[in-house]
Amino acid sequence: MSGKVKACYACQRNGRTRLGEPCLKTYPLECVDLLRRARVAFQAGRTLKENFRLAQLEAVVRMLEEHECDFVDALGRDLHKPRFETVMSELLLVKNEALYAISNLKKWMQPQHVERNLSTTLDQCLVVNEPLGVVFIVGTWSSPVQMCLVPLVGAIAAGNCAIINPSECTYHTSELLHHLIPLYLDNECFHVILAGVSDLPEVVELKFDHVFFTGNREEGNRIAQAAARTLTPVTLILGGKNPCYVDCQCDIATTAQRLAWARFHNAGQSLVAPDYILCHADVKARLVQALKCCLMQFYGPDPRESRSFGRMVNLEIFNRTRDMLWRSGKVAMGGQVIEAEKYIAPTILTDVAESDPIMQQDVFGPVLPVLTVNNEDEAIAFINKQEKPLCVYAYSNNSKVISRLMSETSSGSFCSNDSILQSLMVALPFGGVGASGTGSYHGRYSFDTFSHRKSCLLRGTRFECVTYLRYPPYEDRNLSLMTWASTLSQKSQGWCQIL
Amino acid sequence: MFTERQKEIADAVKKDLNKSEVGTQLYETLGLEGEISLAIRKLKEWAAPRPVEKNLLTLSDTVYIKPEPLGVVLIIGAWNYPWAVTIQPLIGAIAAGNAAVIKPSEVCVHTAKVMEDLLPVYIDKELYPVVTGGVPETQELLRQRFDHIFYTGNSVVGKLIMEAAAKNLTPVTLELGGKSPCYIDKNCDISIACRRVAWGKYTNCGQTCIAPDYILCEPSIQDRVIEEIKKSIKEFYTDNPKTCTDYGRIINQRHFKRIMAMLEDSAIAVGGENDESDCYIAPTVLRDVKPEAKVMQEEIFGPLLPILSVSGLDEAIKFINKGEKPLALYVFTSDDKVIKRMVDETSSGGLLANDCLVHYSVSSLPFGGVGNSGMGCYHGKFSFDQLSHLRSCLIKQLKMEGVNSMRYPPHTPKKLGWARFFILKTVDLGWVGRMALLAVLAVVAAVVLQNYLL
Repeated sequence: MSGKVKACYACQRNGRTRLGEPCLKTYPLECVDLLRRARVAFQAGRTLKENFRLAQLEAVVRMLEEHECDFVDALGRDLHKPRFETVMSELLLVKNEALYAISNLKKWMQPQHVERNLSTTLDQCLVVNEPLGVVFIVGTWSSPVQMCLVPLVGAIAAGNCAIINPSECTYHTSELLHHLIPLYLDNECFHVILAGVSDLPEVVELKFDHVFFTGNREEGNRIAQAAARTLTPVTLILGGKNPCYVDCQCDIATTAQRLAWARFHNAGQSLVAPDYILCHADVKARLVQALKCCLMQFYGPDPRESRSFGRMVNLEIFNRTRDMLWRSGKVAMGGQVIEAEKYIAPTILTDVAESDPIMQQDVFGPVLPVLTVNNEDEAIAFINKQEKPLCVYAYSNNSKVISRLMSETSSGSFCSNDSILQSLMVALPFGGVGASGTGSYHGRYSFDTFSHRKSCLLRGTRFECVTYLRYPPYEDRNLSLMTWASTLSQKSQGWCQIL
Repeated sequence: MFTERQKEIADAVKKDLNKSEVGTQLYETLGLEGEISLAIRKLKEWAAPRPVEKNLLTLSDTVYIKPEPLGVVLIIGAWNYPWAVTIQPLIGAIAAGNAAVIKPSEVCVHTAKVMEDLLPVYIDKELYPVVTGGVPETQELLRQRFDHIFYTGNSVVGKLIMEAAAKNLTPVTLELGGKSPCYIDKNCDISIACRRVAWGKYTNCGQTCIAPDYILCEPSIQDRVIEEIKKSIKEFYTDNPKTCTDYGRIINQRHFKRIMAMLEDSAIAVGGENDESDCYIAPTVLRDVKPEAKVMQEEIFGPLLPILSVSGLDEAIKFINKGEKPLALYVFTSDDKVIKRMVDETSSGGLLANDCLVHYSVSSLPFGGVGNSGMGCYHGKFSFDQLSHLRSCLIKQLKMEGVNSMRYPPHTPKKLGWARFFILKTVDLGWVGRMALLAVLAVVAAVVLQNYLL
């Protein structure tokens, strides 16, 4: 990467470089060359062998293990992320995915034989998993390592080459990835670029075989349109307002603890955290009180001093969250802000109206609005008025309530009596629906996202006597015979064609 | 509807495409009836929650994937198999619990009218309205917001549809076309191979998205291939295909002219007769075609079968990989190694060895394209999954909070150690492994408790 003498606008804005220091931003023209190299490597068949894929996955695990301290340090500088959260939610998660892929790769790569019908009993019907080619993975800043590397694990397992673009907002982490990946992964097949958000649609139009994007809805929209112009399939993991319903019948102490953890980890900067609470009127006061206790327990009387509490990633997000906080509802706890440190105290808002600013956009900060509803009907009606979110949460001891919340709303995923965990499980597909995105990943689903399932039907050229029924000239008696055979076959399988 | 109104449906298709009544039944309605009965039989199984494997942390919870309907689906049909490609996605949409707006192609005028008249009589017209019309109506439809758009057609329009969908972040399934290559190895039963290729190519007058578009074979067998195809054409459609009821017509004048223009720079080996007033083009074979020829620049979608010479399998694979990924790939050979190389070294929506078209009818095989030939797949259960949202559900209890305590701040190194242990799956623990681990944990807990109490 050639050093550029002039610092780019993003770096200047972040007060990062002085004139003369190299800026590592990648411009779309440079991506053309990287894309070409990746394509050549893919065409040469480098990524197809199982051994190659296993070696790359193992290299990812090694990279995370050997540089754990560097990642902790980088994320600490970008987000003031506590070591515990970095290791658990970023490094361990990726390692888990990589190890899961390694142990299952052979199975996933096997062609699957499928059910045959009457006419194909003597043939081989199978589905072969093929890599797509070169894929483009765009991460987001709230979980910079996880959002780039988990899809990368899937892309590698499926046999693709990849170009990764970590978010420019978390520049220490992005630079670390930019530095480390060439040391561990194949230099022709995998590249890291640092393109700005506004340049992404241009990069997408260079034509990849799949684009995997995590981020907010406006950017997702621009990416989707750019991908449409080149007929590129996309997976979009977009944010949304994740509702959380707290019923009158529930264990308030445990609920508060789980909610507080989910909302305030990473200083609230998470795609899957509960965005707002719809609390049953009977328990609202107790819930707010319990939340206050939990916060005291977690972060002590002054969260600013706590090493377990994070900071906003940059001034833009800080300002946005602060404005939302100041113009919505009433502060029940917290509310302190310190601009120099990009610090916002863990805050709980009550008396929030639906029209308040905080209810009009996604909350990416440690602010938790609590709205009151009288029963689960109101909660369901409220949730269904909004766009489909990434997750819906419900806390209750009553399984009927949980059932209703689940079946009468729609979202990417659902979790009862806890939060976030469903997005960490390797066996569950994680993704959105409607405005929260399209496609899913994690575990086997990552592999499937980055593969093409090719149907193969392998026949022989014997038994032509059976196939003659389908050739013209079409005779009524042939058709009757086939219709009869079809109904016979329908009793045991689907289509039957003595074709 | 299909059994009762067979005659009306067949008449309309005959007027549009000159498909014989038997042909319509064979290629369109029989398949649909099969898919419908499959969907009816398997609906319960497909719509049931699908449990998944649990990890140590979620042993006591319920974890599953629940299929949910997406909402309102827009189905845009094509004109070549108007019933098959419009109704088959509809079956999937209904099975998955969606409502659907059906927009048959305006090019097959008579069938669109029949669809508009008949469908509301048999299925709920509020949930499944049929919208007919041309480009302006389609554009208006695309301005609305749907939960999924299912389009069958060509890639030019496919791009426009995807762009319109992207504005609303609507997911799409695109079944597009491409030039489906057909490689005929010199080690194969050439007469059977040619008969199958001829059937695949000239059915519906070549207007099939998965028809073998062109043949690649070695020069030594080209003459034999041409001869066998000529024999098959005669067998199927008599000496004068124009008078044969089983041979179709080109859909309209515009396509007729487009296809005739492709003949300009290639040598005709068989056929070539045409009649513009009737939109008739005879089953035609072109020999010694060059890669630069007009007929090799776009999908033919007509009864012209070019034959290109290649020196062997290697050159064939190289040639295929230079082009865009096609919807289907055909290989005729008696050598398994050749088939394996084709499967491994090329990419396409689907691959069929030693036959044409029939992989479409196996409902357990996903049917769809890749790259320029489309995205998404359907048929059978895949239709259901494509038009559903598979929602992950984790049902926990408010008990066993002790296990969770290690994740709460203030964070200590000890808690981190425990977290590493619980989350990291270094071994794929089977049920026995999990039980064994639980037993060990119980013993450890007992020992610790005992020491504590003492």
